[in-house]
Amino acid sequence: MSSIYLDHAATTPMVEDALIAMTAQLAQLGNPSSLHTHGRATRKTLEDAREVIAKEVGCLPSEVIFTASGTEANNTALKGLYWQGRDNGRHVVVISAIEHHAIIDPAHWLQEHEGAEIITIPVNAGGVVDLDFLSHLIATRGNEIAVISIMHSNNETGVLQPIRKVVEIAGEIPVHTDAVQSFKKTPLSFSQLGVYAMTLSAHKIGGPLGIGALILRRAVEIPALLHGGGQEREIRSGTLNAPAIVGFAAAAKSKHYDVAHVASLRDSFIAGINAAIPDATINGISSDRLPGIVNVTFPGTQSDTLLLLMDGQRVSCSTGSACSAGVHEASHVLLAMGHNEVSAQSSLRFSFGATSTYADCDFVVSVLPDVITRGRAANFS
Amino acid sequence: MKLIAAMSGGVDSAVAAARAVEAGHEVIGVHLALSANPQKYRSGARGCCTIEDSHDARRAADVIGIPFYIWDMAEEFHDGVVEDFLSEYAAGRTPNPCLRCNEKIKFAAVLDRARAMGFDGVVTGHYARTEITDAGKTLHRAVDHSKDQSYVLSVLTVEQISGAIFPLGDTTKVDIRKEAEARGLAVAQKPDSHDICFVPSGDNAGWLRDRLGSETGPIVDQDGIKIGEHKGAYTYTIGQRKGLGLTVPTADGSPRFVLKIEPVSNTVVVGAREDLAVTKMRGERPVWCGPAVTNQKLRGFVQVRAHGAALACSYFLDGALLVAELNEPLLGLATGQAMVIYDGDRVVGSATICETE
Repeated sequence: MSSIYLDHAATTPMVEDALIAMTAQLAQLGNPSSLHTHGRATRKTLEDAREVIAKEVGCLPSEVIFTASGTEANNTALKGLYWQGRDNGRHVVVISAIEHHAIIDPAHWLQEHEGAEIITIPVNAGGVVDLDFLSHLIATRGNEIAVISIMHSNNETGVLQPIRKVVEIAGEIPVHTDAVQSFKKTPLSFSQLGVYAMTLSAHKIGGPLGIGALILRRAVEIPALLHGGGQEREIRSGTLNAPAIVGFAAAAKSKHYDVAHVASLRDSFIAGINAAIPDATINGISSDRLPGIVNVTFPGTQSDTLLLLMDGQRVSCSTGSACSAGVHEASHVLLAMGHNEVSAQSSLRFSFGATSTYADCDFVVSVLPDVITRGRAANFS
Repeated sequence: MKLIAAMSGGVDSAVAAARAVEAGHEVIGVHLALSANPQKYRSGARGCCTIEDSHDARRAADVIGIPFYIWDMAEEFHDGVVEDFLSEYAAGRTPNPCLRCNEKIKFAAVLDRARAMGFDGVVTGHYARTEITDAGKTLHRAVDHSKDQSYVLSVLTVEQISGAIFPLGDTTKVDIRKEAEARGLAVAQKPDSHDICFVPSGDNAGWLRDRLGSETGPIVDQDGIKIGEHKGAYTYTIGQRKGLGLTVPTADGSPRFVLKIEPVSNTVVVGAREDLAVTKMRGERPVWCGPAVTNQKLRGFVQVRAHGAALACSYFLDGALLVAELNEPLLGLATGQAMVIYDGDRVVGSATICETE
């Protein structure tokens, strides 16, 4: 039985260009911080890569700070901007109710250890942040806010967030956006958005694991998390991972992701689900979304059971939400969108990538009735 | 067959899963998350549902080469096992939670869910055997009597036994560890768990006191005369001699033992050693692991503790109660314990002891 991978929002295959570029660079000797010929050679390649990424994301090369992951970039931005704000008497951290744990958890850490107060912006039933809430918050407590962090698109539902409007409302308050899911899937320009900081990750776009970037406005200096050689603007230390960075740039430059094709796959998949399981609902369907993510609620089921049954059909998909000690928890994103604990635990996320096909969609739709029937039986046993 | 292997993270369930795969079954490993707030690490022989244990189970499944998932059974476990444990103690009885777990979780909630999902049965690392006989699939003691777990499986109905696979019943524990080593399973030398898994401290009395309170009450002799005070009646066990803190000695200086716990009056009754002797027991809610027992008196054995001796007896059904008459008296038997009847090494059935004389 062949296997079908519909979990591209978790990670997606490396594109060939990235694999070739990275493999070649692995054979090259030289620490990019060294001053000799070997070091300069690596530095040259690495800065070429930085310029490629900067161009793709609409920022200056000097605004790209390489990190080891999207999580590290999020932590660096949120904690750094908070500490900077706190020095100026601002102690409030504003996040949305649907952030990834790589924002929620550092925010809670700041609250528990660094005197921060978290204010959470709710979302509507379509999964979009409430701008009226934000406007009111800024009107009343704007001078207390150190940082606002709202993701560019949600990793569970794919729903896009109005970051440009958030920045307009925020005025001079620093805004960070986690754009890990958006990069290469929807138009994304750092300079046009006007944010202070933005997070990217290579392995979500066909680059390697273990490399991400914090795009941070020029001349914004924030305290570092990692201290040492000071390689990246004194904000991030550690020998630069040249092979991974080269792979990241190759993936960023690649034209392999055809947005129209992926969106059409998604729409055909949704039509198939509606026909096969009439009471299934697509979360965030009324909102602007990324092309590749479909989050479905199947009433009367439990996500972890469905995942097991899908896996048994060699279909890899996701429950879309976090696990605690391996136990599936109700998604905070779906809860924020108005689901209750039960319906929030009855959902699966299917995410498409550049390599997905109509045959993948058709197969999944063909096994769905049996999987849902068994899933419902197991839920009531 | 398509089977679910319940994998605790210990050596037994890992080898059981590996043997099921080798026997040609299609096996999926499942770790049961039984605590809503699991401890991060094991401490000694306690606990079997820490995060460390779930990692061990996952690693074993990966080495064996089977899919692995975690099933959240915390709510079922709390309602069916932990609450039962508390209410039994509160009622002055001494329950066995492992038995309840097999009855309500492993071979009920898990087996039902497995069957609904299209699986045929559940594999566990229990030391017990099954045999296909004219009377159907029957439950038997393991060949390694020192590890035999048929006692805690005696609550399974014929229907549940039909869906249970015990691949370890023909092997000694020593050989299971060797086999795990040979199979490259890192849990080969992991210590056995003995204590109650949901009491991570191992301090059962303290755990009960935290949940049931520690209302003091009288310790009385058989004439009802107060000779001491206790700190929570349910922290005592029948036959207990030490730690009673009695201030009035017996006339001849002989020791006293806990004879009875009376929850309504919050009283602990003590008396002489010979008053602990029991020759007859009755059990309620009997379960048959094979053909049902009738009112016809048969000779066999009864076991009243997980690793207790098999005592020669006559047994029969009296109305709804299972009765066992012992050939030799037994000292110290608490209500709430399971009485398990054996015919040779075959488990006939079990009941919860409600009366002794």
